[in-house]
Amino acid sequence: MSQTTPAPHGTGGASAFDGQPPAAPAGDSLTRDAWRRLKQNRAAMCSLVVMAVIVLACLIGPWLTPFELDEVDWNAIGTGPDLASGHVFGTDVNGRDLLTRTLHGGQISLSVALVATFVSLVIGVLYGAVSGYFGGRTDNLMMRFVDIMYSLPFMFLVILLMVVFGRNIFLIYAAIGAVEWLDMSRIVRGQVLALKKREFVEAAHALGVRDLQVVTRHLIPNALGPVIVYVTLTVPKVILLESFLSFLGLGVQEPLTSWGVLISEGKDMMETAPWMLLVPSAFLAATLFCLNFLGDGLRDALDPKTR
Amino acid sequence: MSPTSPMQCAASLSAGLLLSALSLSLGASGCAMAAESSSQSEQILRIANGAEPGSLDPQQTNGTWETRITRDLFEPLIAYSANGELIPGLAERWESSADGLSWTFHLREGLEWSDGTPLTAEDAVFALRRLLTPATAAHNATLYYPIVNARAVNTGALAPEQLGVAAPDAQTLTITLSHPSATLEQTLAMSEAAPLPRHVIAAKGADWTRPANMATSGAFVLKTWSPQAEIRLTPNPRYHAADTVALDEVVYLPIEESHAALNRFRAGEVEIAYGVPASHYAWIQDNLAAALQTYPILGEYFYVFNLREGSPVADQRIRRALNLATRREVITERILGMGQIPSWHFVPKALGEHQGARFDFADWSMDRRMAKARELMDDAGYGPDTPLELTLRYNTLEDHKKIAVALGAMWKPLGVKVTLTNTEAAVHYRDLALGDFEVGRYGMIATIADAYDFLNAFSSDNTSNAPGLSSPTYDALIEAAAREGDVGTRQRQLHDAEQYLLDNDVVLPLYDYVTSSLVDPAISGWAPNALDVHPSRYLQLDTSH
Amino acid sequence: MLSYTLKRLLQAIPTLLIVITLSFFLMRVAPGGPFDGERRLPPEIEQNLRAAYHLDEPLPMQYLRYLGDLVQGDLGPSFKYKDFDVSELISQGFPASLELGMWAILAALLIGVPLGVIAAIRRNSTADYVVMSTALAGIAVPNFVIAPLLALVFGVLLGWLPAGGWNGGAWQNLLLPVVALSIQQIAYIARMMRASMIEVLGSHYIRTARAKGLSEWKVILRHALRPAMLPVVSYLGPAIAGIITGSVVIEQIFGIPGIGRYFVQGALNRDYTLVMGTVVFYGALILLLNLIVDLLYSMLDPQIRYDD
Repeated sequence: MSQTTPAPHGTGGASAFDGQPPAAPAGDSLTRDAWRRLKQNRAAMCSLVVMAVIVLACLIGPWLTPFELDEVDWNAIGTGPDLASGHVFGTDVNGRDLLTRTLHGGQISLSVALVATFVSLVIGVLYGAVSGYFGGRTDNLMMRFVDIMYSLPFMFLVILLMVVFGRNIFLIYAAIGAVEWLDMSRIVRGQVLALKKREFVEAAHALGVRDLQVVTRHLIPNALGPVIVYVTLTVPKVILLESFLSFLGLGVQEPLTSWGVLISEGKDMMETAPWMLLVPSAFLAATLFCLNFLGDGLRDALDPKTR
Repeated sequence: MSPTSPMQCAASLSAGLLLSALSLSLGASGCAMAAESSSQSEQILRIANGAEPGSLDPQQTNGTWETRITRDLFEPLIAYSANGELIPGLAERWESSADGLSWTFHLREGLEWSDGTPLTAEDAVFALRRLLTPATAAHNATLYYPIVNARAVNTGALAPEQLGVAAPDAQTLTITLSHPSATLEQTLAMSEAAPLPRHVIAAKGADWTRPANMATSGAFVLKTWSPQAEIRLTPNPRYHAADTVALDEVVYLPIEESHAALNRFRAGEVEIAYGVPASHYAWIQDNLAAALQTYPILGEYFYVFNLREGSPVADQRIRRALNLATRREVITERILGMGQIPSWHFVPKALGEHQGARFDFADWSMDRRMAKARELMDDAGYGPDTPLELTLRYNTLEDHKKIAVALGAMWKPLGVKVTLTNTEAAVHYRDLALGDFEVGRYGMIATIADAYDFLNAFSSDNTSNAPGLSSPTYDALIEAAAREGDVGTRQRQLHDAEQYLLDNDVVLPLYDYVTSSLVDPAISGWAPNALDVHPSRYLQLDTSH
Repeated sequence: MLSYTLKRLLQAIPTLLIVITLSFFLMRVAPGGPFDGERRLPPEIEQNLRAAYHLDEPLPMQYLRYLGDLVQGDLGPSFKYKDFDVSELISQGFPASLELGMWAILAALLIGVPLGVIAAIRRNSTADYVVMSTALAGIAVPNFVIAPLLALVFGVLLGWLPAGGWNGGAWQNLLLPVVALSIQQIAYIARMMRASMIEVLGSHYIRTARAKGLSEWKVILRHALRPAMLPVVSYLGPAIAGIITGSVVIEQIFGIPGIGRYFVQGALNRDYTLVMGTVVFYGALILLLNLIVDLLYSMLDPQIRYDD
């Protein structure tokens, strides 16, 4: 072990002492600074624009297409893209306009992604940071709770939620957020365990900074890289998980739909009616690409070390 | 019922009973083929069988994917021909008394279990007693309740020895009934009624179905069983017709995904695939037409209305309007497109002997139906401006969803605002049974070819009575049919019961099920039949292909 | 370290007990039962079945009975697969899931880690964009799409590999499911590796190492790689537990006799004993793997200690 021990200070870790303690400055200057740096990142700015277009299309698009969400065209059941009929992206197995449904589904998927990811981010980061920072018995207890949550049969959790609260779209967010924070908390805790022994944290302690501030000002900002990446990985996960909840009857109900539901419907048709898979997949993929480049740009912009 | 010829394949036993209209002329080939088959290469048949069997104990099985295997392993007293007709099995002949209450079955001579132990009438008695023992908890036990004391044995009130079955000698089985039964032969042809190797079960207990332990009476023995991977059968040299069996090995693969089964078939990895994906049906018609086998089975796809007080469809005018406005051909032709038969009746047409009941509006034009439907809705106080809100429940499955969406669209012109709600099957059927629904999807597939099996579900005290029908008229018809020995009278009673369901719009029938399979054209001896039974003993691979 | 490990293993017992208790009651409170199906059973038959599985006893009795059996290593017979005990089903299916899962994880690590490192070193270069876009494609396409696509293209249309089947785990049968299972993991690991490598490369001591004149590769391999693995390792603990217990999608598409299907089918069928069996098994795996992860932390970063 000793011959490969890395740095001169005998430390390794995701971040390190950098002259001055790399704490995030508070308030305005953080956002203004970060924004300035973000604007210089071309991939991130392109993604921002595309993302905005997708969101706008999903919000107002369904009003602009000549079809209703649940309008059945009995003469065009499962037909391919066709300009003449107005079904530019074809129809689904019930003869409903696929573009209209995809845009509508985007409203559900994007809002699930937004809320569930945010919930899992907040709970996961705070929980993980607190657990890692205090360590010892607290850490042990908190992490065993995470282990228990991992082990519970998710499906029964969901079914019971449905029984207790009825069918409700907000429950989807709750259910998904309730499981997705687990990974996040494990990752953040790992980072914090490594970071808390760094010099800048000890320095902050020496200066009498309170625990909560150490966590929020020093530890979390320095664990931000993996967190942001994991957030962008959580988005596709929750969007697809939503379609599984729909299977159980908790997710969206017909005629409403979502990208996850459309994709899982479309997968059976990949050989015979590929547009049913390709159209919603393209929207999902485009969203993910944007989020990732945006995430990377954001990470760079917020990095306390590059300031 | 008169004794029949001891020769297997000689004649179908009760042609009237089963589907002669459906059977192709392949019955004879099933017998002739095997004798001259002496193919050089191994005859290995691989079957994509839909799912892992829950058990290989014939008394614990009830799915088609399970009985397909147990039927290869255990031969009942009465067996099925390749066409699904009843033929002598382990019993070479049988007769019944004039009052239809005592039945005598004569076993073939020299029968042996696959381990060489003699197979006697005691094994048949043992099996029937075991079938009705409460601890066995056999799902279909009620089918055997016509046997004297069967119900009392099954509920634990009497000892199994009190059941009305006996073995006066090693080759004779007698069964005594408490009332005549038109379906006794059919129930005895089910693999759960087959004689069981009591010597093995006594020695091995619950482990008797393991390959190392099991002794069989059918055309095959169990060679290996790897759960979720494969089940291999090899011919049973002690089978009474062993010389007619052509295959060297049958491999059952528990492939659940119909797309996966189609892939395996296209890749030449299986010779038979039971069940094809609806999404590829048109494609298969274009590209694999020679292998596609589609035929009606004894199953009905329908919706039930909740008739209980407080339900919006407790009003019959509304139920009739919905029945009128449902364009069944559109669902079968445009939404499904697999040759399903639109239902203006409730009991599937494939049940040849039971016909006639149908909606009185079946021949109306669509315009006339819609006009009447609007009138009824208007009477009931609903219309486009005063919409009726209705919740449609279905269990999660792509095809169910397609149909539910189509129904919603068809009813919209009546001013019905449909909300669709799907749940997984366990919750769905529980809620339907509890009456916690408005309009709900249902499906029934016959256990035996008998209309009673379908209609009995709506007796007031039946646990399957989801609509909550409570009609003394209906109950009386069903009760009478249960005890009627005369086939003609019984048919009339069942016809009247079915007509009652339709006249009162208890159900919204949509179509008769069909089943579709992919069968390699190199296979001979395979015949479509409404019971969907295809014993491997009749199958042969033409390896010159 | 040894005493810490022992302590954690001891703690696993009460933790598992909580998991078992919660799951047992959670499952039994949920609506729908093992005998709720299209054809409802006559009351006599349902009564026989309930008695056969002791479901007619009061719930607390059933719970104690379950615990008693469990202590003796008896997970009970499956409701759905009646000829087998749950422990048999799991022990017969787990080797296939494990084999498939280990290959997938190995592939994900061997491909994902180098890709992430390369992307981090050549940050914002064409190589970075190509690697990360490919990884993203792997994330954007769910495995219920990738798996049938692979089976269709390579099994059916090209005919290069079997379209399905296990065949005792022959490599031809393993290849497509391993690819389908690992694509997403490769993408995850590559993305996380890149991000944490960028963090580490920007840190003070790496600059010091560079200043000492060490070659860039030496700096990365000797000083940066291990600490950068930290978040990947955090992620892998629970991820491995999920992967080696199988995926119902992959198993159904490729016909693999693993245990992934039991997690989903068990719940859908309300196969109570099977559900509990999977819960116990999965819970034990999670506890074990998260313990291993915690021990690995102190190897990756000697400053992380668990002394108390």
